[in-house]
Amino acid sequence: MTERVGRYTLRLRSRPAIAGYAAAVGKKEGEGPLAAEFDRIFEDNTLGEESWEKAESALLNTAVQLAVQKAGFTPDLLDYVFAGDLLNQSIGATFALRDLSVPFVGLFGACSTMALSLGMAAIFVDTISAARCVAATSSHFCSAERQFRFPLEYGGQRTPTAQWTVTGAGAALVGNTGGGPFVESVTFGKMVDLGIKDANNMGAAMAPAAADTLKTYFSDTGTSPADYDMVLTGDLGETGSRLLRDLLGREGYDLLNRHRDCGLLIFDCEKQKTGAGGSGCGCSASVLCSYVFERLRRGNLKNVLFIATGALMSPTSSQQGESIPGVAHAVCLRANRG
Amino acid sequence: MPLTKNEYDKLAKTASPPTKKLKNSGMAFLFGGAICALGVALRVLYDMVGLTEKEIKMAVPVTLIFLAAALTALKVYDKIAAVGGAGTLVPITGFANAMVSPAIEFKPEGHVLGIGAKMFIIAGPVLVFGLTSSVIYGLILWIFKLV
Repeated sequence: MTERVGRYTLRLRSRPAIAGYAAAVGKKEGEGPLAAEFDRIFEDNTLGEESWEKAESALLNTAVQLAVQKAGFTPDLLDYVFAGDLLNQSIGATFALRDLSVPFVGLFGACSTMALSLGMAAIFVDTISAARCVAATSSHFCSAERQFRFPLEYGGQRTPTAQWTVTGAGAALVGNTGGGPFVESVTFGKMVDLGIKDANNMGAAMAPAAADTLKTYFSDTGTSPADYDMVLTGDLGETGSRLLRDLLGREGYDLLNRHRDCGLLIFDCEKQKTGAGGSGCGCSASVLCSYVFERLRRGNLKNVLFIATGALMSPTSSQQGESIPGVAHAVCLRANRG
Repeated sequence: MPLTKNEYDKLAKTASPPTKKLKNSGMAFLFGGAICALGVALRVLYDMVGLTEKEIKMAVPVTLIFLAAALTALKVYDKIAAVGGAGTLVPITGFANAMVSPAIEFKPEGHVLGIGAKMFIIAGPVLVFGLTSSVIYGLILWIFKLV
């Protein structure tokens, strides 16, 4: 059963298993450094659909179906699906899963959704509220651009701190049985807002939240970055990563060489012209549900502290002059149950 | 001691790479200049084929608008603009791109509420403030009998 450790960390004593996982991505991600890791790469970013929103739903549906299939189950055996995305009213997730016929728990955590949904699914399994849950999320470059920025064909320049929304989806099936990796603990983070208003500098907006949750997690568990093979942030990009190291350094935590960021792993920023790195719910989801889970399963990585960050803003709040609150949720993953 | 917003703002500014102002200005100068030179070349061409001054003044912008719209539809304009920046934004070609790109983008929402309504999301403010300022300018000319 779940027990509370320290102030905000939840330790899952049964260590729920990631019984199946899958990642589906678009063309650009399929040309990046992690190309060999993904389950499906779609050369056509429309996925044969009439709109970008439908394409994103198709991408998420693919990831969920593959994860369930790889775990050796069928959707009717699922107890809950926890999912969300960046689009208004989470239409990416709802339309991807409407035919799944599984109780749907819609979540919004912006780009932190993978850690949020994974944490919720694991807690449900650990508390015996469910035997098998799916945690999933997605983003699509084109649907995000039209909602948050400009039409695709509009000619404009990006600022150097701007990030590139990943076209990708990831899904993990969390169950009470399975070979692993395993979820050891979950820390849901507080919203932190240090006044950043530039929607083209999400990394700077989210870094304080990541630092806050990591500090909470380390102090709750009495551990430090040196105790983990990898401290994996979601999509802080170059600017946000730099700020996170600085902020944690002030708190007395040195990330050493343990820190990796999904946004910097998925693209070769220089060559692929993706600015400060990848972003979007699908960024951490597709990297976690391929590259990272696979290495944990094989034992190349013994433990990973996954911390996905979200910028909780909308175009409306930005236009009204609001600053951007960040949030970060941490999930500790282990290769072994014991 | 937690950081104040001011302290973090300074920290974030130091951590963020600056915009390459010199390079961007240079590119804007080259691309904007090239588009204007193209306009002049068209003018010379139309003059050679015997168009009147009045016709040339209409034909040159129409050609540039057509080219920008075609390049937008062919998904090329945004790639040029990523390098050219303000050089492709300020001339009339930028306005054409600002009209055509939302028209393409919002087609899935239908002809009326998609293309019809969303076509002006970028160019709309330019029209509103452009027309307003032209009216004010006209009134000033009329009141002070400058024309």
